[in-house]
Amino acid sequence: MSKQPLSHLDWLEAEAIHILREVAGQCSNPVLLFSGGKDSLCILRLAEKAFRPGRFPFPLMHIDTGHNYKEVVDFRDQRAAELGERLIVRSVEDSMKRGTVVLKTPDEPRNKHQSVTLLEAIEEFGFDCCIGGARRDEEKARAKERIMSFRDEFGQWDPKNQRPELWNLYNARSHKGENIRAFPISNWTEMDVWQYIERENLALPSIYFAHQRDVVMRNGAIVPVNVPLASGEVIMPPKAGEEIINMQVRFRTVGDITCTAPVQSDADTVSKIVLETATTTITERGATRLDDQTSDASMEQRKKEGYF
Amino acid sequence: MTMQHNDSLLRFMTCGSVDDGKSTLIGRLLYDTKTILADTLTQIEKTSKKRGMEAVDLSLLTDGLQAEREQGITIDVAYRYFSTGTRKYIIADAPGHEQYTRNMVTAASTANLAIILIDARKGVLTQTRRHSYLAHLVGIPHIVVAINKMDLVNYDQTTFDRIKTDYLAFAEQIGLQRDGHDIQFVPLSALNGDMLVDRGDNMPWYKGQTMLEILETAPAAHTEQSEEFRFPVQFVCRPHASADHELHDFRGFMGRVESGEISVGDAVTVLPNGYQSKVKQILLGDQQLQSAQTEQSITLLLADEIDTSRGDMIVKSGANVEPVKQIEAHVCWLSETPLSPARTYIVRHTTRESKAKVGTISYKVDVNTLEQQATADLKMNDIARMSFKLAQPLMVDSYGKNRATGAFIVIDESTNNTVGAGMIV
Repeated sequence: MSKQPLSHLDWLEAEAIHILREVAGQCSNPVLLFSGGKDSLCILRLAEKAFRPGRFPFPLMHIDTGHNYKEVVDFRDQRAAELGERLIVRSVEDSMKRGTVVLKTPDEPRNKHQSVTLLEAIEEFGFDCCIGGARRDEEKARAKERIMSFRDEFGQWDPKNQRPELWNLYNARSHKGENIRAFPISNWTEMDVWQYIERENLALPSIYFAHQRDVVMRNGAIVPVNVPLASGEVIMPPKAGEEIINMQVRFRTVGDITCTAPVQSDADTVSKIVLETATTTITERGATRLDDQTSDASMEQRKKEGYF
Repeated sequence: MTMQHNDSLLRFMTCGSVDDGKSTLIGRLLYDTKTILADTLTQIEKTSKKRGMEAVDLSLLTDGLQAEREQGITIDVAYRYFSTGTRKYIIADAPGHEQYTRNMVTAASTANLAIILIDARKGVLTQTRRHSYLAHLVGIPHIVVAINKMDLVNYDQTTFDRIKTDYLAFAEQIGLQRDGHDIQFVPLSALNGDMLVDRGDNMPWYKGQTMLEILETAPAAHTEQSEEFRFPVQFVCRPHASADHELHDFRGFMGRVESGEISVGDAVTVLPNGYQSKVKQILLGDQQLQSAQTEQSITLLLADEIDTSRGDMIVKSGANVEPVKQIEAHVCWLSETPLSPARTYIVRHTTRESKAKVGTISYKVDVNTLEQQATADLKMNDIARMSFKLAQPLMVDSYGKNRATGAFIVIDESTNNTVGAGMIV
């Protein structure tokens, strides 16, 4: 018996569709977290393949730090409109106004505060499952993450109290107030994501491709400066003595502006990015996330506190 | 250079303890296939130095969580990824100690190949037997016995041959080959990289495949056994409120082909009710397929209007499967709370759930001696042969015939925890 096995992209796609349908079948009020980033754009395509010609059995939601690139926010809105699906936006700045998020300094990165706003939104809508784009290859603490990951009433992830996950028999049951985080692309690598984007011809926000940008070099990282927001406000001024360089860069990951650094690159098409990804020597988060470098265990710490 | 996109995928697991050089083996596979990037390497170099080690400790690559790093042990299954350009790999890395039987069973459940590590100085040990028994129980078709640390026995062929003979004798005893498992042996020095990715110069007497060659040529899942078509319905798509009037009668049964194949025109039966129809259309997204195979997630449209919902199973008409209300299985208990024969549990099988009561517990198996013992309850890491009585009928196959429709999990109704893993006899 020698049947042709599925290619790895077909297999990963089939697995992710299966996971999305399990969420739809097992949970009563799920939501899909959608940032406009490349991983969540893959999940939107997977959701189309899972549920069309029907509508998605869940709304989309973005937790906006208020410090997102305008290109990404615009893209997010445009994509949701094209799909005709409902997009909920909840903002860290609203949590700040309510006093549930208190910044230590005004320019403190807001990424870690997203968890507060997320938990508030989960409570507001009564969501029992949040679908996210996290991948196990991103960071060590994620290598042991379940595909259906259980969070208690405080949104906390307890690595010692996760449900065993066997075969493809997922257990997404929860009591009221508890929550499941579902990760359909757990088994994908950065390379798989780019190959899938290429194969499916997915559109992406422009900042994923090589473009000219004013940056400074800070502690060995490329840091964007004078970034305009959708509101017209300009953030990230250079520090005294820093020299502004106009560099050709692209983003490998997009998130809060204050903690996402670009890489130098001339890859202006998806196929060039696939090639660059194949030959890079730096991990995705290593070069580009200014918030993961604090300690070897920093991601794990934030996950325990309810960060996605 | 064009990128190869049609790679196949192999899921495998590694069994062994830190002492066998398991982490070093995985670390080296990742390192030699250039999966480990510079910044990760810098980080583990720093940690190695901090711990006073001279060389870079590749095992640090696989120690994930803070608690584990502090204790220097691995307590949970971790998943790692690498790609060779022709194949993508998912490694399930499970700790090998006795008290982690449940983690091994978890890792084994999705693996198609198991690497069982043996320390060349020690030969076949109790834990080797335990790992092999579990690989057998969970139905991993391909076993690779990696005889590691050959550098510490002067790369001696007779040591390798002796361990191989010992292992085969044991394999015979538990019926590994008789039950269709295929066994290969490879001598290794994970530390120096001999016979892992490169052959090295130290074992010219070994003419077989290197570890990576074995991985590259092992059959991917579901390509070997001929299985009957099984399609558990996950979700029913009825977009009747859609603005598109053509969709008002659309009724799509969404799910994953768990085994076998299906083509347009095939006669099918929907279980447990037994309704008959024919396949009218097969969709994958908006793409129409003539046929679909194992592991594809598809949407089936049938010729007749049939009332079908999540938990039903579509099979080919005449298939050899009957709904049953009692199952006999090997069960691995996963929870710190012991099984209580008086309680009602939930059994989840494919996309279907049923309340279940414990029938009889025939015996439990000592995973070290493989002896059967009488028991009244099950504690964490116990493996028993037992039966459940079901409130709802399930459409099951024996696990030996079909891993997807022979497997189930047991859920504790009060905590919602997954507390048991079952394999139908």
